[in-house]
Amino acid sequence: MTPEMLSLSNSPGLFVGIMLLKLLVVFGVTMLIVAYATWCERKVIGHMQTRLGPMRTGWHGLLQPIADGLKLFFKEDIIPSESTKVPFLLAPMMILVPALITVAVIPFGPDLKFGNFIIPQQITDLNIGVLYILAFAGLGVYGIVLAGWASNSKYALLGGVRASAQMISYELAAGLSIIAIFMLSETLSLREIVAQQQLDLWGVCSFVPNWFVFTQPLAFCLFIVTGLAEINRTPFDMPEAESELVSGFCTEYSSMKYALFFMAEYANMIVISAIAATLFLGGWSAPLNIAILTMIPGFVWLLMKIFALMFFFMWLRATFPRVRYDQLMRMGWKVLLPLALANVVVTGLVVVVLQ
Amino acid sequence: MFKEFAKGLSITFKHLLPGHSTTVQYPTVKLKPSDRFRGLHRLVPSQDREKCVACYLCPTVCPAKCITVESAENEKGEKYPKVYTIDLLRCIFCGYCVEACPVEAIEMTGVYEMANYKREDFQFTKQRLLK
Repeated sequence: MTPEMLSLSNSPGLFVGIMLLKLLVVFGVTMLIVAYATWCERKVIGHMQTRLGPMRTGWHGLLQPIADGLKLFFKEDIIPSESTKVPFLLAPMMILVPALITVAVIPFGPDLKFGNFIIPQQITDLNIGVLYILAFAGLGVYGIVLAGWASNSKYALLGGVRASAQMISYELAAGLSIIAIFMLSETLSLREIVAQQQLDLWGVCSFVPNWFVFTQPLAFCLFIVTGLAEINRTPFDMPEAESELVSGFCTEYSSMKYALFFMAEYANMIVISAIAATLFLGGWSAPLNIAILTMIPGFVWLLMKIFALMFFFMWLRATFPRVRYDQLMRMGWKVLLPLALANVVVTGLVVVVLQ
Repeated sequence: MFKEFAKGLSITFKHLLPGHSTTVQYPTVKLKPSDRFRGLHRLVPSQDREKCVACYLCPTVCPAKCITVESAENEKGEKYPKVYTIDLLRCIFCGYCVEACPVEAIEMTGVYEMANYKREDFQFTKQRLLK
């Protein structure tokens, strides 16, 4: 009997069990990375600014995320009396949920054989995986706008408005930069995209994998820049520009609700890194098609790629100042969008010529 | 433009390498203040008593008016400060008292950890200043 894909129809009990296990593991790992990304960021930025970062809580401040979490947990939860209560409560969840839910389509390893079944190392393999990611990235902005508007505060509202303008402008360029990938892969399923990237580079170089970053370097750069803008990271953190807007959309938030915004920021960073790694850097595949490297389990490679990208984002934050609002808009509409469009046109031409 | 980006990134990366931190882990590691540091005052003792002759020059010159001196005469007929109190909550550590003193009876030490819990603890009396 040939093994078949484990699904709800052929073995409901096992399917639900495995699914719950996968959900727990992925959620747990993501939350762990979120917690320690804050520590890493403070350490990395500290050292880059010739400081030390947290040093007092545990060895080299390793318990800092736990201390921060406990502190925020015991803080007074303030709801401004003039705020709109329900959206005010809803907004932090509306930011965190789209951020976390996107991880569901990221494949983190090859298929496993379990008895007579094939178990994919991915929570769900949607055939419209990338569309799903883009849709939830678009939903994320609702949380920010809602937080800004429901707070009934000038700074929060300005932060929310800025966020919506910024995210809408940059989502276009981000989406267009990914389109070039689809033209090459001819599929929207992330599982398939990773599988294609494991082939030989351009069908000739046998030990280098066919990562799309080699064929689409411009799209990769565009995606990183627009991705940074979409998750509101420095140098594009206009919605929470401290020097102008106090803390932007989360000015009025305190306690665990503020912690949710904080977690969402880092979860978004993980998600963008994971998407960039999956679409351009070969997902869970090894960087060279050599037996020793391909022996290492896929999730190790994926995590390494995610960490490398996250380190790059922290490095950028330590280096560059925030761009001005008009510069941000000009760059989004006049530089990145035309570049992404041109990239799509050129890719299309090449694809047609090669056929 | 990209050259400048790369330059900035290389600078921050260089700082990340070990040995570039300038932070001193303060409570466990302490820097030695310079010899000219103006910290807590000290009344200089001579053989059997303080050098101070209670000439009132330091409370006169003190811009914060934080020094209280009451003079008296001892059995040898020498003037000495019966009371010499510095209110550190008012003191601005300008060092004028040290400059004004004709007999070099007051000096400033490198002690800068002077936090305390009660207002009264900041009244440095003659006994405390002589230590």
